[in-house]
Amino acid sequence: MKRLLVLGAGTAGTMAINKLRPMLPPSEWQITVIEPSDVHHYQPGYLFLPFGAYTAEETIEPTDRFIPDGVTRVRAEVDRVDADANVVYLVGGESLPYDYLVIATGTSPRPDQTPGMDDPEVWRKSVHEFYTFEGAMALRETLETWEGGRLVVHITEMPIKCPVAPLEFTFLADAYFAEKGMRDQVEIVYVTPLEGAFTKPVASQLLGHMLEDRKITIEPDFMIDQVDGEAKKIVSMDEREVPFDLLVTIPLNMGADFIGRSGLGDDLNYVSVDKHTLLSTKYDNIFAIGDASNIPASKAGSVAHFSVDLFPQNFVNHVNGKPMTAAFDGHANCFIESGHGKGMLIDFNYDTEPLPGKYPIPGIGPFSLLKETELNHLGKLAFRWMYWNLLLPGKELPLPALMSMAGKQTDALERV
Amino acid sequence: MTTTTIAGREVHVNDEGFLTEYDEWDETLAAELAQNIGVEMTDEHWAVIRFLRDDFKTQGETATTRRVDTVGGFPVKKQFVLFPKKPAKKMAYIAGLPKPHGCV
Repeated sequence: MKRLLVLGAGTAGTMAINKLRPMLPPSEWQITVIEPSDVHHYQPGYLFLPFGAYTAEETIEPTDRFIPDGVTRVRAEVDRVDADANVVYLVGGESLPYDYLVIATGTSPRPDQTPGMDDPEVWRKSVHEFYTFEGAMALRETLETWEGGRLVVHITEMPIKCPVAPLEFTFLADAYFAEKGMRDQVEIVYVTPLEGAFTKPVASQLLGHMLEDRKITIEPDFMIDQVDGEAKKIVSMDEREVPFDLLVTIPLNMGADFIGRSGLGDDLNYVSVDKHTLLSTKYDNIFAIGDASNIPASKAGSVAHFSVDLFPQNFVNHVNGKPMTAAFDGHANCFIESGHGKGMLIDFNYDTEPLPGKYPIPGIGPFSLLKETELNHLGKLAFRWMYWNLLLPGKELPLPALMSMAGKQTDALERV
Repeated sequence: MTTTTIAGREVHVNDEGFLTEYDEWDETLAAELAQNIGVEMTDEHWAVIRFLRDDFKTQGETATTRRVDTVGGFPVKKQFVLFPKKPAKKMAYIAGLPKPHGCV
């Protein structure tokens, strides 16, 4: 009996076990997933929680609902992997040997990595984040009674999970305060370590204009040194200061600590893998999927989805000694909420930046790329149903895993 | 991919002027690249640039400011002093390496 061990039942891990179970004969393969949490969070929903647009219940389901028959879930935390001995040690001392290991433990916000950020005097009071359920709910409570002032939305360092979410948060905050009739009492500043609003030129230019139109100031090239909670300001490595009344920060994102302890990660605990096959560059029986790997793509559910569409067949080929023929291209597809019931959509990969056009059917859509429409917003809302009912159970979505150039306006590149 | 003449030599560069061929770089060239962006090279600057060159050789990708700090031993604050405002971009430019990713 061969043993496949999957670490983490988040988006990528859950999709993977649902797709792999039918492909690996139960008489030959035992599949075990290690996941400490009894609840599975719909993470895209965190963006809406602070503004009261989703209820907490809409973003939570029991983890076990998505664990397929024939897969054993172990409720435990991983302490470390001994990759030379093919053993995973759990917190508490238990050990689980494996023949193949799939690491899917994602990435997490780490406010403890920036001096002053998680100071209990200010943390979740005047300094917030919305990348955890607790953080999003605490921010909701603060926003409900906030009387206005200077709101600073801040990104600590790239890469972060869902790199468009800070912009979406900013657009939604602008709309939220406008709808509350207090937009003129709020100054919004967007502070980023990047040179502009986003990482890719065509989208960055457009998103930059959208910030400008909303009277949101952008503070680029800002690499944070510390949060001074008492003086209510953030200070950069080159001594620039940005004062705030309310700071919504995206803390440094890191992979799980056990990856570092096991010697499997880079400086941010991401597992080094081949960017086309997701196979570890060090071990022939370890894969890393979803946000846990170091592939140079966005850390996003869509990337996890498209890569996990290709991963199972590669895995089966690999364990049977055959070449892995499917090459992942870094495909990402992200809705960007822009406020007031509208949204945008971007579609890109390792080599092609987001461009205007129509998606998924060229010339028809129904979604418009890099353009604000109501339909894009509805697409984003509809996605929650698709996530619970199609994506996690491993069913096919009518979207191709690899990016297509059809329907994209390539001349936009020349206009930058 | 286009070519341009730097320090009297023809070299391959991308649309932002970053060298695209690792082996076309040498320190004479780097000095001129530094001059292009207003950086005056001192021993400390060279130490950082040499770290970046060596690290790229073993890792196959440009070190981030974090890695230049944790592995190279040059604190991020120091990098900002040596290569003001945009250390990651400036260091890569002078070292003849691609801009570090992470920006995705």
